[in-house]
Amino acid sequence: MASAEPADLSLPDPWSHLRRHTDARIALGRAGGSLPTRELLRFAAAHALARDAVHAPFDAEGLAAELRALPAEVGVLTSAAPDRTAYLLRPDLGRRLSDASRLSLTRAAASAGPCDLVIIVSDGLSALAAHRQAPPLLRALRPRLEALNFRLGPIWVVRHARVGLLDEVGSALGAELALILLGERPGLGAPDSLGAYFGYAPGPGHTDADRNCVSNIRPAGLPPEAAAAKLADLLAAARRGRHSGTTLKDPAGPSAPLSPALPSPAG
Amino acid sequence: MRGGYAVSRLRGHLAVRLQPNHPTDDPHGIAASIVDGLLYGCGDAVIGINPATDSPARTGELLRLLDDLIQTYRIPTQSCVLAHVTTQLAALRAGAPLDLMFQSIAGTEAANASFGVNLALLREAQAAALSLRRAPPGAQVMYFETGQGSCLSASAHHGCDQQTLEARAYGVARAFAPLLVNTVVGFIGPEYLYDGKQIIRAGLEDHFCGKLLGLPMGVDVCYTNHSEADPDDMDTLLTLLGAAGVNYIMGVPGSDDIMLGYQSTSFHDAQYLRQVFARQPAPEFAAWLAAMDIQAPDLRLRPVSPQHPLLSGDGLG
Repeated sequence: MASAEPADLSLPDPWSHLRRHTDARIALGRAGGSLPTRELLRFAAAHALARDAVHAPFDAEGLAAELRALPAEVGVLTSAAPDRTAYLLRPDLGRRLSDASRLSLTRAAASAGPCDLVIIVSDGLSALAAHRQAPPLLRALRPRLEALNFRLGPIWVVRHARVGLLDEVGSALGAELALILLGERPGLGAPDSLGAYFGYAPGPGHTDADRNCVSNIRPAGLPPEAAAAKLADLLAAARRGRHSGTTLKDPAGPSAPLSPALPSPAG
Repeated sequence: MRGGYAVSRLRGHLAVRLQPNHPTDDPHGIAASIVDGLLYGCGDAVIGINPATDSPARTGELLRLLDDLIQTYRIPTQSCVLAHVTTQLAALRAGAPLDLMFQSIAGTEAANASFGVNLALLREAQAAALSLRRAPPGAQVMYFETGQGSCLSASAHHGCDQQTLEARAYGVARAFAPLLVNTVVGFIGPEYLYDGKQIIRAGLEDHFCGKLLGLPMGVDVCYTNHSEADPDDMDTLLTLLGAAGVNYIMGVPGSDDIMLGYQSTSFHDAQYLRQVFARQPAPEFAAWLAAMDIQAPDLRLRPVSPQHPLLSGDGLG
C-alpha cells in the first residue's frame, strides 16, 4: 500500500546507553553489516555543514572592529594567498605576507615601541572559529599577559594565514615571542575550533618542532577562559626558559593538554 | 593467555586497527568506542589511541586501560598509544605496559627532524619496547605512520616529489621490522592531495610501494573537510584497496574521528570489505570473535544480547 511506511530492516545495537560517555558515533545499528540509511543521511548532513564552515567568508574588518572594543590597537593584513582556493593549494603563500602588507608592517615596526609578544589572528581553516573564539580568548588573555609584564603591540588580523606566518610577523617587529590564533580544520561535530600556536624568537628556518600548540579552543572543548590561563602560563614559561617547542614542558603538570605542534594540521 | 600479537598480513585476511579516540582522552568514552568496535569484529591489527594530550602520565594511563581490557577479555591483539616516541619512552620507563611503539616518520632526515626523531632515537625506542619482553622473542614491536606531503609540509623535500619521498619513508620503516605501517593518505589535506581523485591515486601508490618493499602495509582511507572529497570517494578507494589485498584499514566509530577532526573508515566499512572480498580477520582474532559469539565463520555478525560479557563488565553498562 502506498501510504504504509517501509519496514525498517535495520537492527539496533543494544548498547546505545554507552553514548552518554562519548560523542563518537557508536551504537549506530546495522543492516546486515552496513550502516542504516538514517545514519548515512545524518553523516552526509554533518559533512555538508563542515564544508560550509571551511568556505565561510572571513570578515577581517568586522573582527578587527570587535577587537578594538576590547580595547586594543588592531591592524589588518593579508597573506600572499590572494583567495581561498590559492590558500588551500599553496601553504607557502599563507606563511608569508603580501607585498603591500609587508610594507605596512615594516612602517608600523619603525614607529612602534618595543614588543615582547605579538598576537596574530587569522581565519586559517575556519573563519567561524576566528569570529567566535578569538574575541573571548583575547579578552581573557590580554589582562593576564599584562599582569605578567608582557609588552603587547597591536593585534594583527591576517586573512588566509598559516601557522608559519608568525615567524615573518614576529621577526619584523623584533618580538621575543609570536602567538597566532587561527581556525583549525573543521571536524564533523566541531566546525568552530580555534588553535593557538606560539614560538620563541620567531624568525626564518623555524619548524613545527620549535612551536607549541593549544588546540580545540571552543566552549565545548577547551573553553576560551581556560585556554587563556593555559596560554599565559606557557608563554611565561617560554619567556623564562627562553625557548619553545618540543623542549618546553607544561608548567601545569602532565595532565594538562599541551602538545608539541607535530604535525600541525593548519601548517 | 594474553594478547597474541595477531598477524595482520596473511593472504585472505583483512585486519582492522580499532581507533577509539576521544577529545579529552576520557577513559569511559574511549572504552565505549572500543566495545563498539569489538562488537563489530574490529581490533585485530591493534587497538591504537591517538591521545589528545602528549604526556607520559596520560600515555601510561591509556596503556594501562588498554592492557586491562585486553587481559580481562583475553583479546588476541596489542595496544598502542600514538604519542610522540619520547613520550612513550618516558611512559615505558615509568612502568607502562606498552605493546607497540609508535612514531610518525617521513622520507628525509630534515622532515624526520621536524617530527622530533632520528634513526638513533627510533633504535633506542625499539630496543626499549623489546626489553619489556611482552611479545615473543624476535617479535615486531614497531608501528609507523606515513603520508605523502609530510616532507613538503616541513619544507624538507629538497625539491623532490612527494611520492618518491613517501617510498623513502618506507625504507626507514623497513629498517625497524615493524608490525604495522600505514599511510594516512588523505589526512594532510588539500595542500598536498587536493581532491578525491588525488587521494585515491596516492592511496594506491602507497599500497603498491609498501607491498614492493615487503612491508605490513595498511591504509588509513581518509579525508579532511577542507579537501574536495566525500564519503563516496572513500568507498571507491576502500573497494580498490580491498581488491588490491590491503593488509589492514582503520576502524573509527561511524567514520568520524571526534579527536583528530577527520573522517576515516568505519567498523561498518570493515564489515563490508571483509564480506565482499571474503577476507577473514586475523586467525587468533577470528577464533576469539567466534568464542565471544560476535561473528560467525561466514563473516556475518551475530545479534548481540544486552547481557553480552563486553556490555556487562567494568562499570560501563
